[in-house]
Amino acid sequence: MLQILRSDKTIRWTLVGFFVLAIAGNFMPAWVQNNLMFGLARGLAVLGLMVLWRTGLISFGHALYFGIGAYAVALVDKHLGVSDIFLRLAFAMGAAAMVGFALGFILRKYRSIFFAMLSLAFSMVLYGILVKVEALGSTDGFSVSATSILGWTPESKYTLFCAIIVACAAAACMVQYYLKTGLGALTTAIRDNELRVEYLGYSVSKAIHFKYIISAGLAGASGAMMAMALGQVDPDSMVNWTVSGELVFITVMAGPGSVIAPFIGGVVFEFLRTYAFELAPHAWQLIVGGTLLAIIFFLPMGLWSLLERIWVRKGSSS
Amino acid sequence: MNGAPALKVTDLCKSFSGITAANNINVEATDGDIIGIIGANGAGKTVFVNMITGYLKPTSGKIEHHGKDITGIEPRDATHVGVCRSFQVSQVFMTMTVRENLLIALAIAKDEGKAMLSSPRSPDLLAEADRMMAAYKIEDHADTVASTLSQGVRKLLDIAMAVVANPKVLLLDEPTSGVSVEEKFAIMDIVIAALKEKGVTVLFVEHDMEIVERYVDRVLAFYQGEVICDAPPAEALVDPKVIEYVIGHDHTPNPTPAVNGGEKPETANA
Repeated sequence: MLQILRSDKTIRWTLVGFFVLAIAGNFMPAWVQNNLMFGLARGLAVLGLMVLWRTGLISFGHALYFGIGAYAVALVDKHLGVSDIFLRLAFAMGAAAMVGFALGFILRKYRSIFFAMLSLAFSMVLYGILVKVEALGSTDGFSVSATSILGWTPESKYTLFCAIIVACAAAACMVQYYLKTGLGALTTAIRDNELRVEYLGYSVSKAIHFKYIISAGLAGASGAMMAMALGQVDPDSMVNWTVSGELVFITVMAGPGSVIAPFIGGVVFEFLRTYAFELAPHAWQLIVGGTLLAIIFFLPMGLWSLLERIWVRKGSSS
Repeated sequence: MNGAPALKVTDLCKSFSGITAANNINVEATDGDIIGIIGANGAGKTVFVNMITGYLKPTSGKIEHHGKDITGIEPRDATHVGVCRSFQVSQVFMTMTVRENLLIALAIAKDEGKAMLSSPRSPDLLAEADRMMAAYKIEDHADTVASTLSQGVRKLLDIAMAVVANPKVLLLDEPTSGVSVEEKFAIMDIVIAALKEKGVTVLFVEHDMEIVERYVDRVLAFYQGEVICDAPPAEALVDPKVIEYVIGHDHTPNPTPAVNGGEKPETANA
């Protein structure tokens, strides 16, 4: 394990990058800080989707786990008065991972469009329930009270901002470690050739199931962070299919190249949306969609490949 | 090893909605046997290989490996008990290099997958991958991505990956198909040498009678889902039934190299 951690450049740069961002956040205007929080929080779910994508799977229904995470925070807040960030995260990730574990038994049998659509169907079931059931807040949802850390309720949002950064850094490092192990190497192997993996003696469905639970847990954490950052949960902004769509959008935009890419993608998406909305309040989707089209045409491996190209050029010229 | 044959197939049958692909097949192989499986296309060779390695479930009959019933097991369990295979079309991880392909195979095989929790690039796995590449003479391609390999090298990689799990019985489905005439013997020399050293029982499907003649101890000739001949090559290749149904003409030993200007190769029975 140490062998991977010590030799891994990505982990080192992730930690440095997030540390710098945490310091810089203190000097940013509130709206920039907010956008960063939303973008990074979404990045957690995208990180999970990236693991699935590397395996050759795309889920159009991860709003299910995003929503479960968000609603778990709101419900334990409302009924149990839990405001501690660690407890909230634990409930959110636990609930999401458990549902992921259960549904994984079904989903691991499907691939490609069937996997994507079945995921979507499950997420819309939750959406339907949330909209209809009064006890779950119906279409209005709930508000979420301020988050505390080990009994201390901070005044400003900067503390939550830092907490999100710590969570993102931890998740990125753990996924990076995972991808470097044999299990992680199986992601590409399964995408390349499932038959060979089986004949090497490893169960493809078990491996996919495990990756699915990881992605569910990460989406749960993502939803929980979003609920705390927004202070509000409702079906349309947490569980609707558009939320799943946004997550897939960011995944494709960011590219599968690195564990940092999902967070860059999440933040770029947040700012892109903010500016597009300011520029064209009634047609902002056109700008956002056009950007994705341009990325797919010119950077099929996502924004990360652009950074990589710049990096390589710099490395070779110096 | 408990004295029971490495592979014992009893009354094995397989039918697909009324069409019989395997009919009462009985085969026994002892440790270290090299067996060639011949037969025209559609004779049931690959179905036989697929049933033994768990890809297809037999309709009836029994398959035993060292006395253990392995009828209808899952492919990965076949691998675990020591029955492995290669494929007619090489099944490797196309976007990975030769070394990475072998490292994954080694990581899965080692300690029943416990090595999966750490990096497959550990010194001992890397050393083992180097040894495999040397044994199969593919070390020059260690860092080549599999999709850009020549057919011959890819076949060798495919076979090397099947051997990583230390099989007792190895089934090779057309190890030399799609490979140039010059490469064929080179591949078989490498593979058979590596396997003989380990005492692996090998069953391989082959269309080229020269290869069969040179490498096998025994020939299994298939015709319409049945084994019509089970004998050493000297006997089997002159058997009238084999000549009529499999080879299609009199097989003359050591013929001049086939140079037939793109016409149907003389030993192919497609």
